[in-house]
Amino acid sequence: MAYVAVKGGEQAIDAAHAWLAEERRGPTDIPALSVAQIEAQMGRAVDRVMAEGSLYDRELAALAIKQAQGDLIEAAFLLRAYRTTLPRFAQSRPVETVSMQIRRRISSIFKDLPGGQVLGPTYDYTHRLLDFGLAEPAAGGSPETRPTMTPDPDIAPMPRVPDILGREGLLEPDGDASGNEPGDLTREPLTLPAERDVRLQALARGDEGFLLGLGYSTQRGYGGTHPFAGEIRMGEVSVEIEPAELGFAIDIGDLVLTECQMVNQFKGSKTAPPQFTRGYGLVFGFSERKAMAMALVDRAMRAAELGEDVIAPAQNIEFVLYHADNVEATGFVEHLKLPHYVDFQSELQNLRRMREATDANRTQATEAVR
Amino acid sequence: MKGYNFAYLDEQTKRMIRRAILKAVAIPGHQVPFGSREMPLPYGWGTGGIQVTASILGADDVLKVIDQGADDTTNAVSIRRFFAKTAGVRTTTKTAEATVIQTRHRIPEQTLRDDQILVYQVPQPEPLFRLEPSRVETRRMHALADYGLMHVKLYEDIARFGQISISYDYPVMVNNRYLTSPSPIPAFDNPKMHMMPALQLFGAGREKRIYAIPPWTPVRSLDFQDHPFRAINAVQPCELCGATDSYKDEVVVDNHGGRVFVCSDTDHCAERRGTDHDAGRPADGHGAPGGLQGGAP
Repeated sequence: MAYVAVKGGEQAIDAAHAWLAEERRGPTDIPALSVAQIEAQMGRAVDRVMAEGSLYDRELAALAIKQAQGDLIEAAFLLRAYRTTLPRFAQSRPVETVSMQIRRRISSIFKDLPGGQVLGPTYDYTHRLLDFGLAEPAAGGSPETRPTMTPDPDIAPMPRVPDILGREGLLEPDGDASGNEPGDLTREPLTLPAERDVRLQALARGDEGFLLGLGYSTQRGYGGTHPFAGEIRMGEVSVEIEPAELGFAIDIGDLVLTECQMVNQFKGSKTAPPQFTRGYGLVFGFSERKAMAMALVDRAMRAAELGEDVIAPAQNIEFVLYHADNVEATGFVEHLKLPHYVDFQSELQNLRRMREATDANRTQATEAVR
Repeated sequence: MKGYNFAYLDEQTKRMIRRAILKAVAIPGHQVPFGSREMPLPYGWGTGGIQVTASILGADDVLKVIDQGADDTTNAVSIRRFFAKTAGVRTTTKTAEATVIQTRHRIPEQTLRDDQILVYQVPQPEPLFRLEPSRVETRRMHALADYGLMHVKLYEDIARFGQISISYDYPVMVNNRYLTSPSPIPAFDNPKMHMMPALQLFGAGREKRIYAIPPWTPVRSLDFQDHPFRAINAVQPCELCGATDSYKDEVVVDNHGGRVFVCSDTDHCAERRGTDHDAGRPADGHGAPGGLQGGAP
């Protein structure tokens, strides 16, 4: 028997890439998707990729979605790998969500409030019936005309619900943002104990599904936080930087953000009176599910700080932070398909050696019985 | 490559990584946290090793990349191409020619020299992680050199199986101070780490840690006086070159359980057979001869 050493990894890779490109394009009698179409008509996918890719660029996110054939984690990975190569010009000033150009703003704790409830473009009250009309080629021509929103000139900017609650002293104050420069996980490795700035950054970049599951687990008794959706708002905020040589802030563009402030029951501790506490979620784009899950998990991770028992996964900062990143997670899970034959071979030999030992023992034992 | 710095990473990042490497060399076996960057290859594919290699690579370096001991495994090909493209350095499959060798899961059979650097890809830098999942706890254990947990694990192995059941990623004590993961190399390779003339660098991208074993550093595989460390290897000689002292892959060649054993280190095997397996392969690693072919029965 002649054994020929396996060769040809190079050609295999090239062939695989060619096949992939062909599959991505699909049948050529169907027109190719344009990046502009994805950007304009698959906005929620674009939002998710921007959030988990940590880069606010709708066009690049749409390109990544196209390149990844709609695999959103792969698209987020593409965006991140591009993001690392970008130079950093400046740090922005904190964005002011209080002066957000509101598209949606709801509170589940007050029936009515200054500024009112603004439903915005939500799926919340749609009936989930497949709309076969959308399958018609003509569909997508002229959508239903929507009524225009007239903002109340007396209430601009629209106040944030927790601020209304905070005036009474029943809600803990916001953390002090004036202190240290916020941490940045994309430049410095995670060190524990992690402060809330770093935790929130990790959650904002974290996998939507992972946070959803963790947030859900707190609602089912694994580290309950007694949450109320104090406010959810979505809209545009402006980003400002203050170049040192200029001495004043300049507006460099707008971001669409979704912010969720959870208001949580708290019975008080030795040092703090009974009051409501906060869980906070802030995400690129219109990603309400993620913002709400993030706020639940943020509050759960404050258990130790607030003197609560840390017993559930969502309360364990180390557990949450090390496993929320889907680019890290998918890489490590999927690396199992890389060759491991050296390790497997050593395990095989090891197992054979161990079996020899046990088989020998067994033979001895049977002989002893005789 | 147009639009990218030499060897992909920007110089500031390289400087940050070199600082981590210097610290790691100064404290052999100690895991140094570093600001690992997102690379264009996935986590788990060797992002830590790639970042280390990118930071130490110079224009005159000659790079060899192996995975499972072989230069021709797809991931090794992919990483070699990455550096051929982004750094334009000369690549080789010959261990003796290389100045930098990036590896996954093996140490080359040929003894390395003091002008070579071996860069390991590390999936899990924490040797204690199976025994204690919290990195807050394991950091404390390293600080106190409190390695009782690992000794108990080895003892329990012996009590239950009569031998230590770890066959790869076998923990080592570096410079008599830090318990260290050798990365998932087979235990067979562990003795090569001891007093190695070459600098050994370890990069764990996803876990954001770098550690090092400087040249001529004592590296001891954990064991007990009455149960000394034993490396495992197939007893069969290599089917191709007849070597008995090299680590073997087991290759299934037919449907009836027939199998042969061949050297895992393909360069070592080719050298022994006196064949130039590099023939026809340009320096940038493109266009290897031969198609994908398994064993011909």
